[in-house]
Amino acid sequence: MSCWETVQSYAFRSLGYGERLLPRSDFTLCDQFTLIGSGMIWNIYFGILALFFGFFLSTAVALGKFSTNPWFRKPAEIFVFVFRGSPLFIQFFLAYETFVLLPKLGMDLNLGFTEITVETRWLTKAWLGALIVLFLNTSAYAGEIFYGALKSIPKGDIEAADAYGLSGWKRFRRIIFPTMLRLGWPGYTNEAIFMFHATTLVFFSSFPAWRQQGDALYYASYFADKTFNPFVPYPILAFYFILLTLVVIGVYGAINKRLNRHLPSNSRQKIKYRPKLIR
Amino acid sequence: MFSYCSDPSAIEGWAWISCYLTTPKHLTAFSSVFTVLLLLAITAPTALLFGFAGATAARSHIAPLRWIGKGYTAIVRGVPDVAFFLFFVIALDQGIEWLRHQVKCPDWPDAIRQGNDFVVCDAAKMPLSEASAFVHQSYGFSIAVLTFAIVFGAFAANVIYGAMRAVPRAQLETAEAYGMSQRQTFWRIMVPQMWVYALPGLSNLWMILIKATPLLFLLGVRDVVYWAKELGGLKTDAFAYPHPDWRLWYFLGLLVFYLTLTKVSEIILDRVMARLTHGQATAGGESARKAAS
Repeated sequence: MSCWETVQSYAFRSLGYGERLLPRSDFTLCDQFTLIGSGMIWNIYFGILALFFGFFLSTAVALGKFSTNPWFRKPAEIFVFVFRGSPLFIQFFLAYETFVLLPKLGMDLNLGFTEITVETRWLTKAWLGALIVLFLNTSAYAGEIFYGALKSIPKGDIEAADAYGLSGWKRFRRIIFPTMLRLGWPGYTNEAIFMFHATTLVFFSSFPAWRQQGDALYYASYFADKTFNPFVPYPILAFYFILLTLVVIGVYGAINKRLNRHLPSNSRQKIKYRPKLIR
Repeated sequence: MFSYCSDPSAIEGWAWISCYLTTPKHLTAFSSVFTVLLLLAITAPTALLFGFAGATAARSHIAPLRWIGKGYTAIVRGVPDVAFFLFFVIALDQGIEWLRHQVKCPDWPDAIRQGNDFVVCDAAKMPLSEASAFVHQSYGFSIAVLTFAIVFGAFAANVIYGAMRAVPRAQLETAEAYGMSQRQTFWRIMVPQMWVYALPGLSNLWMILIKATPLLFLLGVRDVVYWAKELGGLKTDAFAYPHPDWRLWYFLGLLVFYLTLTKVSEIILDRVMARLTHGQATAGGESARKAAS
């Protein structure tokens, strides 16, 4: 099989398209590059969606933790403590067992233009169940980062906002929120990189890879198991992830530049890559 | 365990639970908590040692040594941690067997890598095929510890390298002005002072290490996660203590265990930090001084 044919049959294997059987013998470099790359689709899917939804919840969590009202503060503190204080691995297990025990229900959801059926059994599938865990987890970590940023907003900024007669939602929208984002952004960038790395845990915890449709690490370990040779698939995985990390740094760096555009160039916050390993 | 446990089907309520939780299997499971604590107790100092060596190498004046140090700290960047754990375990295992093969069977005719297989002579197998199950288990455990130490050592090296650079330059210059040699400056001035700068990073690392311990399960060690899955699963009437799928409760127990571990560490590390900042020329030391007076 030529390399192009391999790409055609395996490029979307992780989504269930193309050849059904995984290669069983005579693994070429091309096989490994294509399949591991195909698995990256899942890593990117989990990472982007969890970060997108997590951004809103983390802002809410940060504000909750910063609030003086204990009804908001306590739940936010407990949420952050539980998700930051326990291993993501255990969270996956726990969520999966909970989702399996849920009654199998179907619910019709009317979206106005179309009607879809939402079923609880989707929760036991990685695409939804694992996404929820990752979403809650990143919300807790990013919430703590934004909480730290809220605490370090210069007092003068808020006093100036008060002096201008800004209050409530307007003060938050125009002063507090942008400053919080600007101050928290370098930390948040690291969280994003780290989130993408954490997506590799999905198929290694309890969520089963349905019909061998797994993520990049799933295929990498498949090859390592079959060939007894870890020196090819894992470096390929590393290559893909370094590429992904560079893209994340590029995108977040551009946002960082925009957040800092009103400041003189010497007082801007630079993004420093600080890896944190396992969560 | 208890005298009334001889017939499990006859008892109910608390007696049943007390008997259930003290079956031999459960006692083994409880002891696996010590596996986790043992891993933490061995890995933390080893990783610190690796980190210290890495950071010292990265500061070295000898170029090759510096490259090794910098390369070591750089490898773990940008790549998911789990991949490292899976990679190092096979790589270490094969590396050890390969070395033993070279020493023990120098006149082995076949190639070691035969297509998809990795074949060494019987004498070079690690552990030997006739070794007991305990040897197999502890060999697996030590490979896991070494893997943890290598990966966390790289991160500790990063932290310690930063801490060494954070020691005020004036302190080192003063040492040189007093006529101390490079070695004396390093051991008497730099090392004692760098810990206060390294501690926030190291305590963060310790928290991460705690949260990384369930990965032992992935490396094939029978740790708490293995037992939670094993004991919690559905037990039919064929078992002495039948119960439905209780894995959720077992994992809730694990969650509480890890939350306690992180909370206790947090409290202890805060105390250590308070002690270390005592009398240091940092903001923390200054505020402690003000609070005391």
